[in-house]
Amino acid sequence: MSLRVNGLKVHYRTLRGDVQALDGVTFSLGDGEIMGLVGESGCGKSTLGKSLIRLDHRMHHIAGSIELNGRDVPIGDDAAMVPLRYHEISLIPQYAMSALNPTRRIGRMIDELLRSRGVRPADRADELRRRLELVGLGTDVLRRFPIELSGGMKQRVVMVVSTLLDPSLLIADEVTSALDVSTQRSVAESLVEFRDRGHVGSMVFVTHDVALVHQFADTIMVMYAGHVAEKGPAADVVSDPRHPYTQMLLSALPEAGEDTGERLRGIPGTPPGLLDPPTGCRFRDRCPMAFDKCAERPPLVETAPGHWSACWKTEGH
Amino acid sequence: MLELSHVHKVYRVGAFGGGRLRAVRDVGLTVEPGEVVSLIGESGSGKSTLGRMVLGLTRPTSGRIAFEGADVTAIKGFRAKKEYHRKVQGVFQDPFSSFNPIFKAERVLSMIRSSYFPGVSDADWRDRVTDSLRTVRLDPDAVLGKYPHQLSGGQLQRLLIARALLLDIRLLVADEVISMLDASTRIDVLNLLADLKERGLGILFVTHDLSLGTYVSDTTVILRKGAVAEKGPTRAVFADPRHPYSRHLLSCVPRLHRTWAEVDADLDRERPDPVVPPAPADEDGPVPMTEVGEGHFVGADQG
Repeated sequence: MSLRVNGLKVHYRTLRGDVQALDGVTFSLGDGEIMGLVGESGCGKSTLGKSLIRLDHRMHHIAGSIELNGRDVPIGDDAAMVPLRYHEISLIPQYAMSALNPTRRIGRMIDELLRSRGVRPADRADELRRRLELVGLGTDVLRRFPIELSGGMKQRVVMVVSTLLDPSLLIADEVTSALDVSTQRSVAESLVEFRDRGHVGSMVFVTHDVALVHQFADTIMVMYAGHVAEKGPAADVVSDPRHPYTQMLLSALPEAGEDTGERLRGIPGTPPGLLDPPTGCRFRDRCPMAFDKCAERPPLVETAPGHWSACWKTEGH
Repeated sequence: MLELSHVHKVYRVGAFGGGRLRAVRDVGLTVEPGEVVSLIGESGSGKSTLGRMVLGLTRPTSGRIAFEGADVTAIKGFRAKKEYHRKVQGVFQDPFSSFNPIFKAERVLSMIRSSYFPGVSDADWRDRVTDSLRTVRLDPDAVLGKYPHQLSGGQLQRLLIARALLLDIRLLVADEVISMLDASTRIDVLNLLADLKERGLGILFVTHDLSLGTYVSDTTVILRKGAVAEKGPTRAVFADPRHPYSRHLLSCVPRLHRTWAEVDADLDRERPDPVVPPAPADEDGPVPMTEVGEGHFVGADQG
C-alpha cells in the first residue's frame, strides 16, 4: 500500500465556527493505483486533494494520519512537508491554465522551479524533453511564453512539470474540466501512460464527472458532505453501486447517444451545511431508504473484496 | 418559427480592427414551436455567438435571422427590441453572475413587472409569480425574500427561467444553462426544459456536452469552426454520425456504461463513409451540405 489515510479530519476555520469539510476520511491506495475521487461541489473532494499536499492558512488538521510508503506525512507541520512536496507528493492544480508564470518562458520557469527544489536542471533536461514528446508537444514549447499556448497545451505542460521528479503520489484536481472533450480524452490517456511508465506512483484524480473517471481509473471513491460514501473498483462502483447516494447520482446521468425516452430523476434536496452538520449519516435527509438507525454514523464496511460502503442498508452490516 | 439562413459573423480583431475572425460561417437552422434544438460544439465553434445573434445582442455580418417571419436584424429602436424580448428570452451559463448580489433574488422578477407590466395589480402579479415559480418547481416561500448567495445554483437557474416565463415567450435560448450545476440537480433543470417544450415553447439549447444534448433535444446541430458539420434528428445523428468530426467527438465523450475502446471499435466497424467535400475557398460564400438521410445533413470539411 503506498498511501494510507486514517480518520482524517480537516476543518476550515471561519468567523462563524468550524466548517467540517473532512470528517473522518479513511482509505488506502495501492502502488500504481489511479483513484477517481468524485462528488458534488462542497463535498470535500478538493479539500481532501489539498490536504494530502498542503493545508492553506484557513485549513486546520484536527485529527487523523496520512502515511505514504510506510512513512508518516506530517500534514499539520508546514515546514516538515517541504522536502516531501514535488519530490514525493505532487499536484496538478485545478486551474493549471493559470499556474504558469506569464512573465517567464516555459523552459526558464522549469529551470527555476527545479533549482528551488535542489535539483540541477541539466540532470532532468533529457527526461523533460522525452516527456514533452510523450504528451505530444515539441521541445520548442520550452522557448515559448504561456500565452502562446492553447489551454490543452498548457495543461500538458503543467502535467509534465508536476511529474518531472517521479513523485510517488500525484493529485490531479479537476484537470480536464476546462478542456474540450477531445482534449480531455488525450490528457486523461497521457496520465495513464505516465503511470504505466512509472513516472508517477499512484494518483488521486479529483473530478465531478463519474463517466470520465470510469474510463481510466482503477478505483472510484465517492464522497458526500465530508464523508466517504463508497470506494471500490471503478467498474463495480458504476455497474453495482452499493451506497444509495451513488445509486441515485448514477441514475441522474444522461448518456450520450442513448435516448430511451424515459425521464431521469435528480436527487431532491441539497447537501447539508458543514458548519453545523447533522449527526449520523449525512445523506439521511435526502435518502429514500433512511430509517431510525441512520441517526448513528454508519461505518465504512468492506462488502466485497476492495469494495467499501458506508450505509446501514448495504449487506455486511 | 425561428429560421436562420446563410448566417455569417465576422469579428474585427487586433489593435486597429484590421484582423478578421470568422466566428460563424453560413449557418442555417430552424426551430419550430415545441421543438428543442441542441447546438453542440467545442470552444470557439461559434455556438454562443449564434445564441447571441438570435437574442439580438450581436448583429450577423450577413444572412437572415427570421422570427415568426420577421427579420430580427431589422429590429431597430428600444421599443421594438423590447417587444421582441417579450417573446424571445435567454438564460445563460453562470447563474451567480446573472444576479446582483446586493439585491434580493426576486428583483429579477420585479424588474420584469416594472418594464413590461406596469399596469398589473399587486394581487394579480403575486399570482403570476407564484404560477411561474410553480412551473419551474420552486417553492415560493423558499426563494422569495432570499439573497442570491442563500440559494443554490440550480434554484437561481430555475428562477431565471421563471423570470422568462412571466413574459409571453415563444423561444428560449438556453446557453450552457446546466454546465455549472451539480449532477444531481442538473437533471431537474433538463426535465424542466422538456416540460416547457411540451407547452409549445421552442428551445435553442446551446451546449458543449453531448450527453446533455441527447437527453432533451429533437434536433441536433454539431458545429465546428463556425460552420455546421452535421445536423439532423438527434437519434439519427447519434446512431449514425457521418461527418468525421462528429464521429471523433462521439468517440471522445466519456460514457458511463461503455469504455472509450468499445466506442472506438463500434465506430470503426464498416459504415457507409460518404466523402465529405472540402469547404470552398470563398469564405463569404455558401458551404454545401449533403443530405444523407431524411432531414440529416452533413456539412463540408473545415480542415
